[in-house]
Amino acid sequence: MNSESVDENYELPPPQKIGEERGSLTRIIQELVFTVDHKKLGMMYIGSGLLFFVVAGIMAVFIRIQLAVPRNHFVEPEVYNRLFTMHGTVMVFLVGMPMIFGFANYLVPLMIGARDMAFPRLNAFGFWVFFFSGLLLFFSYFGAPGLYAAGSAPDVGWFAYSPLTAKAFSRGHSTDYWTLSILLGGIGSIATSLNIIVTIFCMRCKGMILGRMPLFVWIFLVVAFLVIIALPPLSACQIMLILDRYFGAKFFDTQAGGSAVLWQHFFWIFGHPEVYILMVPGFGIASEVIPVFSRKPIFGYPVMVAATVMIGFISLGVWAHHMFSIGMTSIGNTFFAISTLLVAIPTGIKIFNWIGTMYGGKLRFELPMLFCLAFLFQFLIAGLTGVMLAIAPFDWQLTDSYFVVAHFHYVLIGGLLYTLFAGIYYWYPKALGKMPNFKLGLWHFILFTIGFQMTFVPQHFSGFLGMPRRIYTYDAGRGWELWNMISSIGVIFQIAGVLFFVVNLIYSYVKGKKAGDDPWDAWTLEWATTSPPPHYNFETLPEIRSRRPLWDLKHPDDPDWKYE
Amino acid sequence: MTRIGNTNKMTAAPAQNLEWKLPSHRKVAVITLILTETALFSIFLVAYLFYMGKSLNQPYPSEILHFPVLATIALLSSSVTIVFSEMALHRGNKPMFYLWWAITIALGSYFLWFTAVEWHHLIFKENFTLATNVFGTTFYSLVGLHASHVIIGLILLSLVFVLGLLGKVGPEHAEHIEMISWYWHFVDAIWIVVATVVYIISIRY
Repeated sequence: MNSESVDENYELPPPQKIGEERGSLTRIIQELVFTVDHKKLGMMYIGSGLLFFVVAGIMAVFIRIQLAVPRNHFVEPEVYNRLFTMHGTVMVFLVGMPMIFGFANYLVPLMIGARDMAFPRLNAFGFWVFFFSGLLLFFSYFGAPGLYAAGSAPDVGWFAYSPLTAKAFSRGHSTDYWTLSILLGGIGSIATSLNIIVTIFCMRCKGMILGRMPLFVWIFLVVAFLVIIALPPLSACQIMLILDRYFGAKFFDTQAGGSAVLWQHFFWIFGHPEVYILMVPGFGIASEVIPVFSRKPIFGYPVMVAATVMIGFISLGVWAHHMFSIGMTSIGNTFFAISTLLVAIPTGIKIFNWIGTMYGGKLRFELPMLFCLAFLFQFLIAGLTGVMLAIAPFDWQLTDSYFVVAHFHYVLIGGLLYTLFAGIYYWYPKALGKMPNFKLGLWHFILFTIGFQMTFVPQHFSGFLGMPRRIYTYDAGRGWELWNMISSIGVIFQIAGVLFFVVNLIYSYVKGKKAGDDPWDAWTLEWATTSPPPHYNFETLPEIRSRRPLWDLKHPDDPDWKYE
Repeated sequence: MTRIGNTNKMTAAPAQNLEWKLPSHRKVAVITLILTETALFSIFLVAYLFYMGKSLNQPYPSEILHFPVLATIALLSSSVTIVFSEMALHRGNKPMFYLWWAITIALGSYFLWFTAVEWHHLIFKENFTLATNVFGTTFYSLVGLHASHVIIGLILLSLVFVLGLLGKVGPEHAEHIEMISWYWHFVDAIWIVVATVVYIISIRY
């Protein structure tokens, strides 16, 4: 697909018969279902991710109301179990994954100067498989009771430890919906990641050698490889679970010599790289936003790439730090403690380099930059509590407590969600052609940050005081009341923040001022085309000579390629 | 500011005249597919190795498993015949291409037939199923996973053969056929590992 092959005399095909008027409902649905355009699929990923985010967020609100005061009975205990299971499962598989794939889909082809992904139909397949896996999971609310009238939604926790998932302990079909949904979603994720890898290797525009790719693209290359390697263990887990539940297999049947611990190993072989699959794309967004709003090229590009690859490698060998309390050998404990501590090195390098990028720069505090700054602080705290939990004896004290809950919410909200917000505000003008409203965004930032800190800082303390995660309720007089109350009040601020965010998305689309091609004065190729980009992205495919092609274009007197 | 997309003339980047070669889509995709399949197999292999000697009741591997000599020879030699087939296609020798391709399908089918006979014997004569013990669970899931890949491979091979008979396969499909042969080599290579673990290492238990 190069520029020469475009036929000048190409005529548009005759208009389609179904739903001919533009904007009619049938036409819109038809476009959404038929499309193989990477930009539309990317937006559909992000849109459905946001939809599931709101649903799983409402579940979190119910959890916090239930825990606000001791001996509360806001929801039934069974319902509570379903709430935290669905909240975790949905947030990881139906919010985190589609959001990052949405960003990859939309931006990777634009950033490498290509017209689409390598396999557009596989791309559509990946999206629809993900979407239906989500519907399947939620259908459990209606379908799972079945003939047994036992339980509706899955209630075994998002990592579904064996033997809780065995037929004897999980009657009805809720666990089946859970396992089938995740098996299906895994297929979609692998298909999409294969597509991303092929796109990055085979579709780069002229001059874009690997060393000139934007860091965002590099990071998605590493993430896609992690998905390729880490998702099959999850699929294998689900296949084993289905065999156990329906064909009498003994994988996790401890009475027949099977091992419940094996599930934990296999699940976390997936589960830990999954954390990086979700978090590392956040680094990618930060690595694009921070340089542009500091008016400096990224500090230490090769080191950033090396650190990303290093995180990818190390993350494949740390899984058992989720399992210190099951009683491994001291060699096992030591190995996984050390490998986990090693992750801090490349991550520290990254934080250092982002600060190095800002140092001496001309900082512009636009919305994306604000979220990235908060991300730096919050992710640092998440990393520090992570280092604490990596030390096995410390972990024995605090595993399965609210300290762990606080730790991973600092990673996934304070780290990932903040960079996703930054990314949405940063590329909103590119995708929709309108500038996001700064005032509304600022309210979103302030309220959400206050709410986030209020909710999750106290959970460190209630964890220290021994509050286990996933408990339905607790007695007064253990010193947990105050922390839980503050935590629950914080949710109100988070809801307000998210409301401002949603209002901003809609308001700016209707009333926002036109963005133009390159509103942030950025440097990567997606800003070289119109906003929103035409469906073919670039009329003629670009050719580049440095990591910042648009800088070269704007500063012909002092181009980057003279120094690289 | 001019748009790169509209002009393709980057004043800042004078023509470089560099040769711009990118790897083939198909090759990268198939390598990635093989990587992800390897990860899947390794989990079932680990499960098999982990449960070796942990069965609480009979039968044990030493009592019922026999190394499938002929089937292994058939599957491994099919990796050679498919290469002969590819070479014939490169030379433009269509009849030889179809001959070697058919031999490959036959060898693969023989392997599958052997598995069917073996499983039939185990299930109906030895009363040994997926639910018998952890050995049964891991044996059938691992060997079955491999057999399912043989089936997929055979479907692909047969598809090429049928399309070829309809006259729709030519030298322009050399890369498509090479990709199928890569997949087939992968299925064979995995069998070496699976057979070693199941029929050689675990036979001691």
